[in-house]
Parts: sequence; C-alpha cells; structure tokens
Amino acid sequence: MDDGRPIFLQIAELLENSILDGSLIEDTQVPSTNELAAFHRINPATAAKGVNQLVDDGTLYKKRGIGMFVAPGARERLRGRRREEFARQYVQPLLAEARKLGIDPTELKKMIDTWEERR
Amino acid sequence: MNTIVTVTDLAKRYRGVTALDGVSFSLTENRIYGLLGRNGAGKTTLMQLLTAQNMATSGDIAVFGEHPYENDRVLARTCFVKESQTYPQSMRVGHALRAARLLHPNWDQRFADSLLEEFQLPPQRMVKKLSRGMLSALGVIIGLASRAPLTFFDEPYLGLDAVARQLFYDHLLADFAEHPRTVILSTHLIDEVSDLIEHVLLIDHGRLLLDQDTDDLRGDVVTVSGPVAAVHEITVGRTELHGNLLGGTARVTVRGRLTEAERVQARALGLTVETVSLQELVVRLTTGAGKTEPTAKEYAL
Repeated sequence: MDDGRPIFLQIAELLENSILDGSLIEDTQVPSTNELAAFHRINPATAAKGVNQLVDDGTLYKKRGIGMFVAPGARERLRGRRREEFARQYVQPLLAEARKLGIDPTELKKMIDTWEERR
Repeated sequence: MNTIVTVTDLAKRYRGVTALDGVSFSLTENRIYGLLGRNGAGKTTLMQLLTAQNMATSGDIAVFGEHPYENDRVLARTCFVKESQTYPQSMRVGHALRAARLLHPNWDQRFADSLLEEFQLPPQRMVKKLSRGMLSALGVIIGLASRAPLTFFDEPYLGLDAVARQLFYDHLLADFAEHPRTVILSTHLIDEVSDLIEHVLLIDHGRLLLDQDTDDLRGDVVTVSGPVAAVHEITVGRTELHGNLLGGTARVTVRGRLTEAERVQARALGLTVETVSLQELVVRLTTGAGKTEPTAKEYAL
C-alpha cells in the first residue's frame, strides 16, 4: 500500500478494480477482512473500513455469518462512476501535458488513433 | 467500543527532569496503537506508569476502570514486553515461558511452541547464553502467546533481523485478527509498522503531540514541486514545513491534505505531488526545539 490516500480507500478501490475487470463477478464472495489484512499486511480494522464503505454504497452486500458478496449490478454502477472520473483523472492531465509540448488537439487525436491501431 | 485506558493530566518528574507533562488520552479496546517519539521523549516512562512499574508524580490513570498499582485484576490482563528484559541468571528459555504461562490467564502454549520453532529458539538454551536477537525473540514470543487484553511492546526487536521482524508483524496481525486485543507498539521503525497501527500517539519532550488515526495522517503532509507560480497556487494558505527553490522550480512541503480536485489541478499544472510518509511526518514534527511545536489539540485544528 502506498500513495497518499487513506489505506481503507485503497482497499475499497482494489476490490472495485477486481469487480470492474471481471475477476470478482456478481454474487461471488469477496475476500474476508482478515484475508485482506494478512495479504496486504495492514490492520484488520482498516481493511474492514474499506469493505464497509463498499457495503454502504451498495457495491457489496452482507450475508450474515458467511461474508461479503458482490451486489447484482455493481459492475455497471462502478463503470458509470469511473467513466465520470476518467475525464478528470486522465484526459485533463493529458491535455495539459500535450499543451506543454506544443501538441495541438488535432495532432493528439491522431496520436490516439495511431496507438489504438498498433494495439 | 469500550475505553480500557484513560490517562488524565499525567506527569512524571524525576529530580529536575520532567519525563511526562500534562499527558491525557484514552485507549479503545481491540486496537493496535503506535507509540512514537524520539529517544528520551517519555514513551517508556508512560508504559511503566500504565503497567504499575513506576509511580506518577501527578495525574490519574485508569486501566480497565481501575488503578493498576498492586492490582491483580488489572495486571493479570496486562503484558509488558520491555526493550531489555532481564531474566534470572540460571533460567532457561523453557523456564521463562513457564513463568509467563503462570502469569497470563490467556496464555496459549501451542502458539508459544510454534513461535519457538519459527523463531528457531531452543527451549533448553540458558537465557544468558542467548544472542541479542534471540533475547528479543523470546520477548516477542511471550508478548504474543500471552494474549493479554492489553499488551505493550517497547522496542521489542533490538537485534532482530528483517526476516524475524516481518515474522513478528505477520503473527501479530494474524493473531490479532483471531484474538482481538489492545496492543501498544513503541518503535522507531515507523515505516515498517505504519500499515499495522490503527492509531498514532506521538510523544515529544514528555508531551503528547499527536493523538490521531493513522489513516487520517496519511497524506496529511505533502511535498509539491514544479514551477514556482503553480506550486504557490496549490500550496497557498497551507502551513509550510519546508521549502526550497532552484531556478524557476520550487519544492514545498506543506501540512494539509490535498482534495481530489486539487490533486487533479496539480497534475494539470504539471506539478509533482509526493506524499510524506508517517516516518517523515514524525521527523518533521519532532525535530527542532519542540517548544514551538503545536500540541495535539492545536494540530487537530
């Protein structure tokens, strides 16, 4: 765990990423807080805080006595939310860097197309 | 969550030396605390007072709701692993563990045995023949296997190598998850434990400087670098802890978390934002005379 954000947020985001990339599908059980704590070598209370945030926003649901599961429709909802963040997190800095290098938007679009073709 | 330790306006003065002054805080059940501070800051004194190994000059201490002095009900639930524990000359490792077993009602012998094996400590070895690191390992084993509801580790790993320290951290976390208890970990290896401790108590010159959740402190001090004007735009209005200038580039360390919007803005301005680690934060706060440093309350503002 690093970067400056609270660890519980990073734990929540890691689980979100697993849901987004399809490695945790709907109605499957997510790792327990103790498993997360042991794996990431963090305090179990911190891991629990991250998991609980996802329960609160409806991404996960609790089965009493069993554990936490991915909520139906969670992936779609996460995708919608992440798309909104995408522009701010990636497009804005991309444009700023391009401006600094004197790359105009037309040229930038061409670069994106070229890279997409190479993929 | 229950409060299990309450300390009110605690002071300890030795002849002409003030070891602790005006210290107040409380500890919540089943959390791992980091007790941080420089050498001579008052950490060990505080732990001695909480475990009835020393008398306070003034102030109040309540542990499990009672005064700890000569109090079996409190001390049976407390384990204090000291930095340099001395053992009777003729004692073997097995004797030390048996003594600990008698004193701690929650003692788990199977756990102690498996730890002995993992730390490669021979039970027949005389304690006085143990190396510095092995002696530390013995303390760590006693602290973990005691499963005391209130466990203090005072710099428990003098001489322990990195592998053994990681072994200690992993066992602490795993056993804490299975058997929650309150742990106070006093250490200088802040970077190693910053992900383990839920709450930080920072002591400097006998005063409590920080009493805050570790996650709240993460990212609370950042270093912003890039073009002077842009750096100023982001850091203006924040307390500057450190700053320098090279040509048109500035590098400024400030207190105060950046919002997500500010981070995005900083990136758009071409700035680099680095998070200052807990260890660096502690260094920044405890270097200097200490007198000009804010107290925990002022800091929280």
